[in-house]
Amino acid sequence: MNQEYAIETNNLTKTFGQQIAVNNVSFNIKRGEVFALLGPNGAGKTTVLRMMTTLLKPTSGTIKMLGHDVQTESKTVRSLFGLTGQYASIDEDLSANENLMIFARLNGLSRREAKQRTKELLEEFSLVNSANKVISNFSGGMRRRLDLAVSLIARPALIFLDEPTTGLDPRTRVQMWDTIRQLVASGSTIILTTQYLEEADELANRIAMIDHGKLVDLGTPDELKKKVAGNKLRLMFKDKRTATQAAPIITEVLSVAIQQTDNTITAPLHDVNSVGTVLNHLKNADLKITNMNVEQPSMDDVFFSMTAGKN
Amino acid sequence: MTEIKTHKTNIIRTTATMAYRNLLKTLHNPDELLDVVVQPVLFMFLFSFLFSGAITGSMNSYLPLLVPGILMQSLISAASGSGTQISDDISTGIYDRLKSLPIPQTAPLAGQLFADILRLIIAATVSLTTGFIIGWRPEADFGWVTVAVLLDIFLGWALSWIFALYGLIAKSSTMVESISLMTMLLLTFLSNAFVPVKTLPHFMQILVSLNPVSYVISASHTILNHGIWPTSAWIVLGAGVIVIAIFAPLTVFFYNRRS
Repeated sequence: MNQEYAIETNNLTKTFGQQIAVNNVSFNIKRGEVFALLGPNGAGKTTVLRMMTTLLKPTSGTIKMLGHDVQTESKTVRSLFGLTGQYASIDEDLSANENLMIFARLNGLSRREAKQRTKELLEEFSLVNSANKVISNFSGGMRRRLDLAVSLIARPALIFLDEPTTGLDPRTRVQMWDTIRQLVASGSTIILTTQYLEEADELANRIAMIDHGKLVDLGTPDELKKKVAGNKLRLMFKDKRTATQAAPIITEVLSVAIQQTDNTITAPLHDVNSVGTVLNHLKNADLKITNMNVEQPSMDDVFFSMTAGKN
Repeated sequence: MTEIKTHKTNIIRTTATMAYRNLLKTLHNPDELLDVVVQPVLFMFLFSFLFSGAITGSMNSYLPLLVPGILMQSLISAASGSGTQISDDISTGIYDRLKSLPIPQTAPLAGQLFADILRLIIAATVSLTTGFIIGWRPEADFGWVTVAVLLDIFLGWALSWIFALYGLIAKSSTMVESISLMTMLLLTFLSNAFVPVKTLPHFMQILVSLNPVSYVISASHTILNHGIWPTSAWIVLGAGVIVIAIFAPLTVFFYNRRS
């Protein structure tokens, strides 16, 4: 049992009939970190999350949560996490107060404890004034807050958030981010899925990029930006012929695959210092450049470079 | 912040909480009860005024035949509500949340089915009261009327397991509603609920004799009019037990399997 990890997944695969939704995915989530599963719609993020939360049975592979096998010790595992689903999964016909009370009781709290916890959570999530209103009159942001409050009733060590800000307006989204940051500060391990690069970049310590059911890459937002897109060197020549002549030289110096579009060559740049060498070689070969720049990558670059051409 | 001690969650407490949740939902949304309140009244009036002349010649002679029929029809209709509610809970994601809790996995289902008994009681009460208002007077005393109602509720509850199964496997609650409606119509019309069986073609008489609803109607007919416990009542109890024995495990299986 490795207590460094909140979650260990090994060779996780899930197939629905002929379709492979998750394909041999392995990763570990450290305790106390915010771990984002990032990917486009239908990439398999939610399937991975549903397997981690005992809602789906993996076709093969194992998942351990704080050392407990998710399949064989599912009841213990269920007492370790809180889950906030893709759509606010709270009872529309009940009030915020009633929702919290019922889920508190289902979580095994006594009536008195449930009342106490409900009061705390209503305050924590600024829902006191709407405590007795029926949810169907709630705004999207209030629903998400209540949904999150419900998943926190038992003070779980792990919190799963499935697309926590999908469908929220920008303002509410930032509020939700603040709330999530507060949870992190209180020491919870958070696993979230998102299709927004910005969100993963803002919140996550580490990001697992998922596409077509495969783990494309895993690392801190900075690592991913560096590793995959890196800085990009863009060189422009006076015509296409010159660029074509320059291409093998640049490839050799940087030892990377480059892209040529007409008179422009773009190359991933692992070390900014190598720019000088490239320029020297081009000068020696008498190939003049007309323009040059070094681009910082964005998370979008990372994302597109990894999933390019597949969607 | 207080430390949370999670107590051992047990099936009875959890089921009670789930049943409480469903009752609370009904209290907040009394319109969900419209089908169990309005439908019996409507059908009782409609059938009695429309068919009494044609079938038995007079209202007074038709009501003893009609009342057990409408009673059972309302109960089946009320039972079909479980399917719709389960299907709604699945599509809103609440079942996922419930299933991710450290509670006995079948508790949400059990809570739903226990809360349904209230709908069945309301449906039965409304049906008999309406019958009484338009002139139905049971021969048997109140005790026997209660026995008939309990027998009908038992079969209705048994059938609600079938509807719960629809709720679990159907794609949408609209689909559950249409399948439930068809089932309800088939079960009640292919029985002795509204017309004397001997007027039917032979093949339909066979179908009617295979339908457990026919037995419950004969049985409640006998109980309500003669105040005795007929053999058919045993058949009803047996049929109810068989339905539960088949569909409860099947429903639980599909409930747990949903993946």
